[in-house]
Amino acid sequence: MSVETVEAGGRANGPANAGSGDGATVLRVSDLSVRFAGQPVDTIDGVSFTLSAGRTLCLVGESGCGKSVTSLATMRLLPEKAARITSGEARFEDRDMLRLSRREIERVRGDRMAMIFQEPMTSLNPVFKVGDQVAEAVARHRKVGRREARERALEMFRRVQIPAPERRLDDYPHQLSGGMRQRVMIAMALANDPKLLIADEPTTALDVTIQAQILRLMRTLQDESGAAMLLITHDLGVVADIADEVAVMYAGRIVESGPVETIFNDPQHPYTIGLMSSMPTLGAPKGRLATIPGSVPSPFEFPPGCRFATRCPFAQTRCFSEVPPFERNDDGHGWACWRTPIETIAEAGGHA
Amino acid sequence: MLRYIAKRFAVAIPTLVIVSIFVFSLQKMMPGDPAVIMAGEQRDPQVIAYLREKYHLNDPVPEQYAFWAGRAVRGDLGQSLRSDVPVLDLIGDKLPVTIQLAVMAMIIAFAIGIPAGIVSAVKKGTITDYVANFVALSGLSIPNFWLGIMLILLVSVHLGWLPASGYVPLTEAPLRSIETMLMPAFVLGTALAATLMRHTRSAMLGVLQADYVRTARAKGLGERVVILKHTFRNAVLPIVTLSALLFGELLAGAVLTEQIFTIPGFGKLIVDAVFNRDYPVVQGVVLCTAIGFILMNFFADILYVVLNPRMRESL
Ligand SMILES: Nc1ncnc2c1ncn2[C@@H]1O[C@H](COP(=O)(O)OP(=O)(O)OP(=O)(O)O)[C@@H](O)[C@H]1O
Ligand code: SF4
Ligand SMILES: [Mg+2]
Repeated sequence: MSVETVEAGGRANGPANAGSGDGATVLRVSDLSVRFAGQPVDTIDGVSFTLSAGRTLCLVGESGCGKSVTSLATMRLLPEKAARITSGEARFEDRDMLRLSRREIERVRGDRMAMIFQEPMTSLNPVFKVGDQVAEAVARHRKVGRREARERALEMFRRVQIPAPERRLDDYPHQLSGGMRQRVMIAMALANDPKLLIADEPTTALDVTIQAQILRLMRTLQDESGAAMLLITHDLGVVADIADEVAVMYAGRIVESGPVETIFNDPQHPYTIGLMSSMPTLGAPKGRLATIPGSVPSPFEFPPGCRFATRCPFAQTRCFSEVPPFERNDDGHGWACWRTPIETIAEAGGHA
Repeated sequence: MLRYIAKRFAVAIPTLVIVSIFVFSLQKMMPGDPAVIMAGEQRDPQVIAYLREKYHLNDPVPEQYAFWAGRAVRGDLGQSLRSDVPVLDLIGDKLPVTIQLAVMAMIIAFAIGIPAGIVSAVKKGTITDYVANFVALSGLSIPNFWLGIMLILLVSVHLGWLPASGYVPLTEAPLRSIETMLMPAFVLGTALAATLMRHTRSAMLGVLQADYVRTARAKGLGERVVILKHTFRNAVLPIVTLSALLFGELLAGAVLTEQIFTIPGFGKLIVDAVFNRDYPVVQGVVLCTAIGFILMNFFADILYVVLNPRMRESL
C-alpha cells in the first residue's frame, strides 16, 4: 500500500539547478516504509522526498506523525529488532542507504551524512570531554592523529561560535548550557564537512532567544558549506524563516509538499490548511479550518484509505477506503487528497 | 578532590565509632563471664577477681569501652582466651589468606560476570541472553558448599587436576598457593559473577537507551566502540559500588567454603572463636571485617567520583 512517489524537493531538475552546484540531488528517498514490531500496518508508509545541495527541506507535522522515524531510518539508526524497513530506497551518493552493510553505513554516518538531535541535554556522553567527543568523530573518518583531531575540534568550536573555545574543549557536557551543548553537537555533526545534515528539532528544547541564534548559525554554516539540510520542526515560524521546500507529514505519510511560498500561500491538503491556521504569526487563510480537532490515531486505528479521514471535515466515504494518490504539478507542488481543490467544496458549504 | 577525600574520610569516622561500640558490646552479649572463661577449669575466685580488676570489668560500662577502644586504637586487641596469642597476631596470620581468596574470587567474578552482563544486554531477547540468565540464576541458587563438594569430586578426585586442600602461603610457593585457592575462589567467584552479571546487564540496558549512545552511532563509530566505550563506561558506575559491597562480604570470610577446602582464613577463625567463646578474637575479627567494609566503601566513593565527572563539580 504505497503512495505514488512523492518528490518534495523536485527542484533538482528545475530552475534552481543554476549556480555553484546548488540544487544537485544529494539524497533521494523513495517509497520508504517502516513497520514496528507488533503493528498491523507500516507506521511510515511510502514516504518520498528529495534533498538538494545547498537547500533546506523542512519536514513538518504534529507530534508522533513519524518525522523522527523517517530521519532515523535514513541514517539507519532505528533499532533493528523493533523497526523493520519494509520498502523503499534512500539513494545517497549513488548508493542505497537502506541496503548498505553495517560497516558501509558506519563509514557514511558522521562523515558525509550527519545528524543533530532534539535533546542537547542528553545527546552528549556525560563522562567524556566535549572536545574529545568532537575529535572522536574526526578521528573516526579521517586519517589524523589525536593532535590534529583536537585541532579540528577547536576549529569547529570557533566556527559554531563557542566563546573561549580552547577552554571549552576540556569541559564536560554538564558544565555547558543547553545552547552550548547544541553548538557542540553542531560542531560534531559538521566536523567532517557532511554533504547532508539532518537536524531533528534542533532548537525545540532551547530558550526562544537561543533558538534564533542556533538557527541563524545553522543557516550560515549551511551557506558556507553548501550542504543539503533536512530540518525537522513543528514550528512553522522556523519553516517560514529557513525552508526552501516543505514536506507536510501526517500519520506516517507525506500529505503535501512543495516550495515554501506555495505551501504557505496556497496550501491544498486539508491537513496543511489546518496546520497553517493553527499557526498564530503568519495568519490563516481566512474562513477555513480554525484548528484541527481530534488527535493522530494510533496505527491500530488508521483507516485503510486516507489516514486523515478520521479528522478531516471534508472526508467522504471513499476517503476512508481508498488511499488518495500523491499528485504533483509542474511547480513541484504536490498533495494527496481526493477532494482538492478544496475551495470548490468550501464554497459549496463544507461537507459534501 | 582532596577535600572530597577528606570529607569521605570524616564521614567514615562516626561509622567506625558506632561499629566499635557494637563490637565492644559483643563482649557483653556473649554468654558467660569473660573473667570466668579466662580463669580456666579451676575457677579460682582469686584469679577471677584479679582478672576482673586487670580488664576493668568492674568499672562502669562506658569506662570499659573507653579502656577497650583506647587499646584497640593502639593495635592492642587483647589476647586470645584460649591460646594466649595476641589477637592481632591471629588476624595477621589469617587476613592475608582471606584477602588472597577474596581477590582471586573477585577476579573470577569480574572475568565472568561483566562480559556476560554486557553480552546478554546487547543480545537482549535472544537465546544467548536467555542462556546467560539461566546460568546466572543457577549460579545464584546453587549453594556454595554443594558446588564446592562437586568440584572437589570432579576436579580433584576424578580428574586429579587441582589439589582439594593443602593451603600454602602465597609468599612461600606462589604458584602452588594460587593452585590450591583456585577452586574455592571459583566457587565464591561464580556466585558473585551471577550477581554482577545481572547488575551489569540491567545497567547496560538502561544506558543503551540513552540519547548519547545514538549520538555515538550517528558519528559512525563501530558497535564495539559504542558498546565498550560509550555505553559500558557509563554503566560501570553502579557496578563500582556493588563490587565494593561484594568484596567487603568476601573479606568477612566464607565459612563454609573455607571449611570445605580447609583454608585457614577468617571464616574458620571466627567460627572457632565463637564456639570457644573466645570473645577478644570474635571482637577483633568483626572489627577488622567492619574496617574492611568501611574502607571498601570509601574507595568505591572515591572511584565513583573519579569515573563520574558530574560528581566532581559538587565537591
Ligand atoms: N521503537 C518504537 N516502537 C514502536 N513505535 C515507535 C517506536 N518509535 C517510534 N514509534 C512510533 O512511531 C510514530 C512516529 O514517531 P516519531 O518519533 O517519528 O514522531 P515525530 O513526528 O518525530 O514526533 P515528535 O514531533 O514528537 O518528535 C509514533 O506513533 C511512535 O509511537
Ligand atoms: S482524502 Fe478525503 S479525508 Fe483525506 S484529506 Fe482529502 S478530503 Fe480529507
Ligand atoms: Mg521526533
